[in-house]
Amino acid sequence: MPETRKTHTRPLDTKHGRVEMAHGAGGRAMAQLIEELFARYLGNEYLAQGDDGALLPNPGEGRLVVATDSHVVSPLFFPGGDIGCLSVHGTINDVAMMGARPLYLSASFILEEGFKFVDLVRIVQSMAAAAKDAGVPVVAGDTKVVERGKGDGVFITTTGVGVVAPGMELSGRFAKPGDAILVSGTLGDHGMAIMAERESLAFESSIISDTAALHGLIDVMRASGADIHVLRDPTRGGLATTLNEIAKQSGVGMMLQERAIPVKPAVSAACEFLGLDPLYVANEGKLVAICAEQDRERLLAAMRAHPLGGAAAIIGTVLEDSCHFVQMTTGFGGKRIVDWLSGEQLPRIC
Amino acid sequence: MKFIDEFRDGELARGLAQAILRETNPARNYHFMEFCGGHTHAISRYGVSDLLPANVRMIHGPGCPVCVLPVGRIDQAIRLALEQGATLCSYGDCLRVPASDGLSLLKAKALGGDIRMVYSSADAVTLAQKNPDKQVVFFAIGFETTTPPTAVAIRQAAALGLRNLSVLCCHVLTPSAIASILESPEVRQWGTVPLDGFIGPAHVSTIIGSRPYEFFAEEYRKPVVIAGFEPLDVMQAIRMLIRQVNEGRAEVENEFTRAVDREGNKKAQELVAEVFEMRKDFEWRGLGLLPYSALRIRSEFAEFDAEKRFSVGYVSVPDHKACECGAVLRGVKRPQDCGIFGAVCSPDNPVGSCMVSPEGACAAHYAYGRYRDA
Repeated sequence: MPETRKTHTRPLDTKHGRVEMAHGAGGRAMAQLIEELFARYLGNEYLAQGDDGALLPNPGEGRLVVATDSHVVSPLFFPGGDIGCLSVHGTINDVAMMGARPLYLSASFILEEGFKFVDLVRIVQSMAAAAKDAGVPVVAGDTKVVERGKGDGVFITTTGVGVVAPGMELSGRFAKPGDAILVSGTLGDHGMAIMAERESLAFESSIISDTAALHGLIDVMRASGADIHVLRDPTRGGLATTLNEIAKQSGVGMMLQERAIPVKPAVSAACEFLGLDPLYVANEGKLVAICAEQDRERLLAAMRAHPLGGAAAIIGTVLEDSCHFVQMTTGFGGKRIVDWLSGEQLPRIC
Repeated sequence: MKFIDEFRDGELARGLAQAILRETNPARNYHFMEFCGGHTHAISRYGVSDLLPANVRMIHGPGCPVCVLPVGRIDQAIRLALEQGATLCSYGDCLRVPASDGLSLLKAKALGGDIRMVYSSADAVTLAQKNPDKQVVFFAIGFETTTPPTAVAIRQAAALGLRNLSVLCCHVLTPSAIASILESPEVRQWGTVPLDGFIGPAHVSTIIGSRPYEFFAEEYRKPVVIAGFEPLDVMQAIRMLIRQVNEGRAEVENEFTRAVDREGNKKAQELVAEVFEMRKDFEWRGLGLLPYSALRIRSEFAEFDAEKRFSVGYVSVPDHKACECGAVLRGVKRPQDCGIFGAVCSPDNPVGSCMVSPEGACAAHYAYGRYRDA
């Protein structure tokens, strides 16, 4: 980062100041914003290069994985997290679900004119903490500003790069009949935490978002030696939609056991109250794993031993089915389809 | 969840299923209509049909508030938003019902209409209070359950002197729909829809009580069992209906005693009577023009009537030609008998209203039961 401090007569007012159009105009104001806000919290040797792109070391053997994710969550701050840490976790998880070790992130901010710096600082600090915890630095960034009313505070797009060792690639195409289906914990926490915060819904709850980076959990799962075929994080559309995607990609069907699916009582009650189904509610710190049948107990034990997998459970099996239906034996004793999410259940959840 | 899980207990369900099997007469068939979408949803969602003997058949009824709204009513709401510039708010499912010109309220929102989803009529009042420069219209739909809250909203608006709130009143009446089914030629003359009894509404009955159904039991000799919306409620009601049929009785029985009595909620009934009066007739999807089957706002509250405040006359619009929602709502056809079910018409691109709400017969069968057709 070039030394520009001397050109700024006054430091950025991060207490009372607000984003102005000039902060995205490429001039001195933008340089100051980058230096005194973004670089201050996110700074690292790659970001400090200050060029148009980051020059990174050769990651070594294996194949590169790239994933990108835009974050438009509303509200920006919610119980258990905010758009900042969410934008780090979400993209790291997408890279990690490919079987890859996440290495770097880039972050692109679309700021709305008038957005308070004090909120932006909170968000960037949260991103920095999440990136540090995960060991995945933000190595490149961009900032644009749109006129007041043309955005909603801040939108963040992050892109993640990782590397997957030869033979360790995972894909939604690899589920086979007979495989076991596991989840790493309770479902619907993130979606219901957001829902409870929406101002139009006057209900209070103790539900907090599960937003978390899952690559550490995945390391433990792989170290268990279990033959894992598919990993995926059930974000928008929830578990139901994720399993339907996998069933379609792999050309298989699935049978779930409703009683085995972990859902917190508070989430279950809030869903009941709002007429939602927790199977369709978003998660940001959970994964679905599909593994060889004989390895399921070993994998479950490994997941449960990790702090992010304490409530892991085996919830069903993969079947042969030319219709690619995901079905479920209900707790009541009947059968039903667990279909794709149709329409929009909760807008702007991540 | 306390007080909910108890009514979804798999052990009890199996016991009840065995009891039902024991009590059915294998020499005959039983055809029962569950009136409400809430029951349809419970049957599909929990796989209740899998627990019933093969000779007990459930027919889905017309009691899904979104399903019975005709195209012309949605058109009216869209015109209020797009042509009159009103802020239109309604309950979630209502926003997805297909209307004329390939529109729905959600699609009209994408075209720039100010259309909002609300969870209650009180939200509409708040919306109007917070936006004094906007004309807020609450698109009020539903059977007797949702009517009292609309009455409260109108009274509140009057008390607050809210000049920018009005209501497009499309509240309909359950007994009219039941009468229409029982009077239909398919049931009365041709017998093409065999009907041995009804599962009566849960929430509606908390308001109107069980008394209004006595007429149907006496006049048409059809047993009615009022039941809650939980799957065990539905199964217990089926058992009670089977008993009535076996014993040759046609009575109103109440399975949902934890919430319903014979008289209903007097206070709510008075509130509704204060704010609303009968419409001479009202068009229903599938059932046609039914006399005295819906409510309108009384002249004392006329200033809150969107149909009077704005010039949006009602224009009747026929359903899509291939759509069988009408026949499905009357119990004449099953969702899977419709030529476009699952092919052209799906929850993502609904052609008819029954594919929209999770309480609609087509959406319920598509979302939960279509593996049986495969």
